[in-house]
Amino acid sequence: MSKGFPETRTDAAMSELVPEPRPKPAVPMKPVSINSNLLGYIGIDTIIEQMRKKTMKTGFDFNIMVVGQSGLGKSTLVNTLFKSQVSRKAASWNREEKIPKTVEIKAIGHVIEEGGVKMKLTVIDTPGFGDQINNENCWEPIEKYINEQYEKFLKEEVNIARKKRIPDTRVHCCLYFISPTGHSLRPLDLEFMKHLSKVVNIIPVIAKADTMTLEEKTEFKQRVRKELEVNGIEFYPQKEFDEDLEDKTENDKIRQESMPFAVVGSDKEYQVNGKRLLGRKTPWGIIEVENLNHCEFALLRDFVIRTHLQDLKEVTHNIHYETYRAKRLNDNGGLPPGEGLLGTVLPPVPASPCPTAE
Amino acid sequence: MATTDIARQVGEDCRTLPLAGHVGFDSLPDQLVNKSVNQGFCFNILCVGETGLGKSTLMDTLFNTKFEVEPTTHTQPGVHLQSNTYDLQESNVGLKLTIVSTVGFGDQINKEDSYKPIVEFIDAQFEAYLQEELKIRRVLHTYHDTRIHVCLYFIAPTGHSLKSLDLVTMKKLDSKVNIIPIIAKSDAISKSELTKFKIKITSELVSNGVQIYQFPTDDESVAEINGTMNAHLPFAVVGSTEELKIGNKMMKARQYPWGTVQVENEAHCDFVKLREMLIRVNMEDLREQTHTRHYELYRRCKLEEMGFKDTDPDSKPFSLQETYEAKRNEFLGELQKKEEEMRQMFVQRVKEKEAELKEAEKELHEKFDRLKKLHQEEKKKLEDKKKTLDDEINAFKQKKAAAELLQSQGSQAGGSQTLKRDKEKKNNPWLCTE
Repeated sequence: MSKGFPETRTDAAMSELVPEPRPKPAVPMKPVSINSNLLGYIGIDTIIEQMRKKTMKTGFDFNIMVVGQSGLGKSTLVNTLFKSQVSRKAASWNREEKIPKTVEIKAIGHVIEEGGVKMKLTVIDTPGFGDQINNENCWEPIEKYINEQYEKFLKEEVNIARKKRIPDTRVHCCLYFISPTGHSLRPLDLEFMKHLSKVVNIIPVIAKADTMTLEEKTEFKQRVRKELEVNGIEFYPQKEFDEDLEDKTENDKIRQESMPFAVVGSDKEYQVNGKRLLGRKTPWGIIEVENLNHCEFALLRDFVIRTHLQDLKEVTHNIHYETYRAKRLNDNGGLPPGEGLLGTVLPPVPASPCPTAE
Repeated sequence: MATTDIARQVGEDCRTLPLAGHVGFDSLPDQLVNKSVNQGFCFNILCVGETGLGKSTLMDTLFNTKFEVEPTTHTQPGVHLQSNTYDLQESNVGLKLTIVSTVGFGDQINKEDSYKPIVEFIDAQFEAYLQEELKIRRVLHTYHDTRIHVCLYFIAPTGHSLKSLDLVTMKKLDSKVNIIPIIAKSDAISKSELTKFKIKITSELVSNGVQIYQFPTDDESVAEINGTMNAHLPFAVVGSTEELKIGNKMMKARQYPWGTVQVENEAHCDFVKLREMLIRVNMEDLREQTHTRHYELYRRCKLEEMGFKDTDPDSKPFSLQETYEAKRNEFLGELQKKEEEMRQMFVQRVKEKEAELKEAEKELHEKFDRLKKLHQEEKKKLEDKKKTLDDEINAFKQKKAAAELLQSQGSQAGGSQTLKRDKEKKNNPWLCTE
């Protein structure tokens, strides 16, 4: 019902300001396709190079959030993924420090550079998740944080005088750590993923996978996949956003065979067969983190960083952010900027999660 | 390297981390580029110039194809724009190229309003994009961008200076689009005249404050070439799609009795430079400038016009929501008013119709009454007539009776014959009356 309104409203307001130009080829006619008529090289394909140069100059932002109960190895995994001390490990906390009473959100930013590409990486940690006795609604602070980032971006986008490049703090990817019980998902896991898969890209990850044998691993993964499907949880890569057949086959393979990735993280190096490799040393052997026979860390890393990084950002921008924006602009009644309060106080964000686009 | 945008965003909470191994995100530009290639690119060129300056030919030469546009006559009553879209493909890159040409520019006697259709067209493209951006449900990533990325302004090769029409038009367009001035049909000017002409043009542009597009010089890899090219503006070009054999190669050229002008020879004209700059080096920059500078300027002006502000008098930020809401309520109110109006009009019409019908009904009744009256009168008349007739009959009967009585009195003395006769008469009373 509100579909027609914004368009016609702005039309009505603007029609007297912008007179109809004489013929209005704003919607071009069906384009004539000229393919094999090109005699000689024009140079259109240099635009790829031009674009690449520009993006390398501006750099990239990437925000990754890790969620899971404490002790599942979240910080270690992030350090292993980005091969540097990105997260402060909880083990380095003072023993006397209290366990946080509620879920806290800690975002730490770093700038990393590789091959001329500069990336601002922000790791958002959620200490306290699932650690209390009563864990009801412990996903709410997280959801609130994610929506706050969308809100920030929306505010910037809606400004009259906009910045040339809006700083992107939206969460592009959320790694959810599943405890390797070997049985099935916990109710907390299901609840969290159900609520958050609609606002952010969730990648479920089985933590500390070195506690399971190969058969246990395969069975557990199957069970987890089934449970996720039964509960209607769409994790990344979502089926509905597959753009073409190629994407679909590639993503299907990942969805049905590899996910959730069973990973082992480590930031210590050991000598194995004359090479120094990241691994975990146990009395019965050294678990090599980057060995595909030992664990699926390499798959996760390739998936998140080497092939789907840009796609994660794009899905966040084109789909999750747009859903948030549409809902926000639709509920125009939901937000009075408070009298006397500056916009820094968060206006009441709808308590219930944004429904998927109607 | 330290002046990149990322470095600027680094605050106290952001430190640069050294990497202990190959992570792999250096493939990120490739990922981005691949996605863009899948989506395809679009590029929109606007050619402004008088009729007959060789705009279509130049486009054909630039893109090595025949774009099949008929040459226009000089008799157009006003300026209008003609737009054509083409899908070009080279290796794996697909480009949606839109070429917009002015038709009838400079042909009228009164050229005061010639620039207006062009400005309106450019604004309309910005408007379309702005509307899409303001929608609640929008699909910006698949939106076909029709905003003009570059405007090639064709200058007639008079050899003297810019025409006032050119100056006025360029002044109006410089804040809305990237302008690259070109001297068309430059084989009509000799080399020495050309340098003088170029200097004159640049000085006139500067003195009139016209901002033409400067090729960007902030990226080291292209800074040098762009810098030298900036000095060669405006480019003097010659366009031709005919190929002639020169030496042992086929080249695009124009043949004259006194020699041949080779299009791709840098000593003959600046066509190669134009192609380099436009397509091979700065296409992406042109698109970016259009989006970040010209479009943002348009958007800012437009939104301010519409009444949106960034901060209220009480410096409450984000009043967009309120203004949106206010506008929405206003619109709803208008809608309701219109509805009311329509309803009232409807009711009124119904009333009128009803009144009309009542009138008609009344008329019908009257007519009926009249007819009835007429009918009754007729009836009465007839009855009267009948009555008179009856009276006459009665009178006649009486007369007859009286006559018979007389006769019978008379004939009693007379005899029975008369009685017979009388009887006959009596039996045939009609005999007498007929």
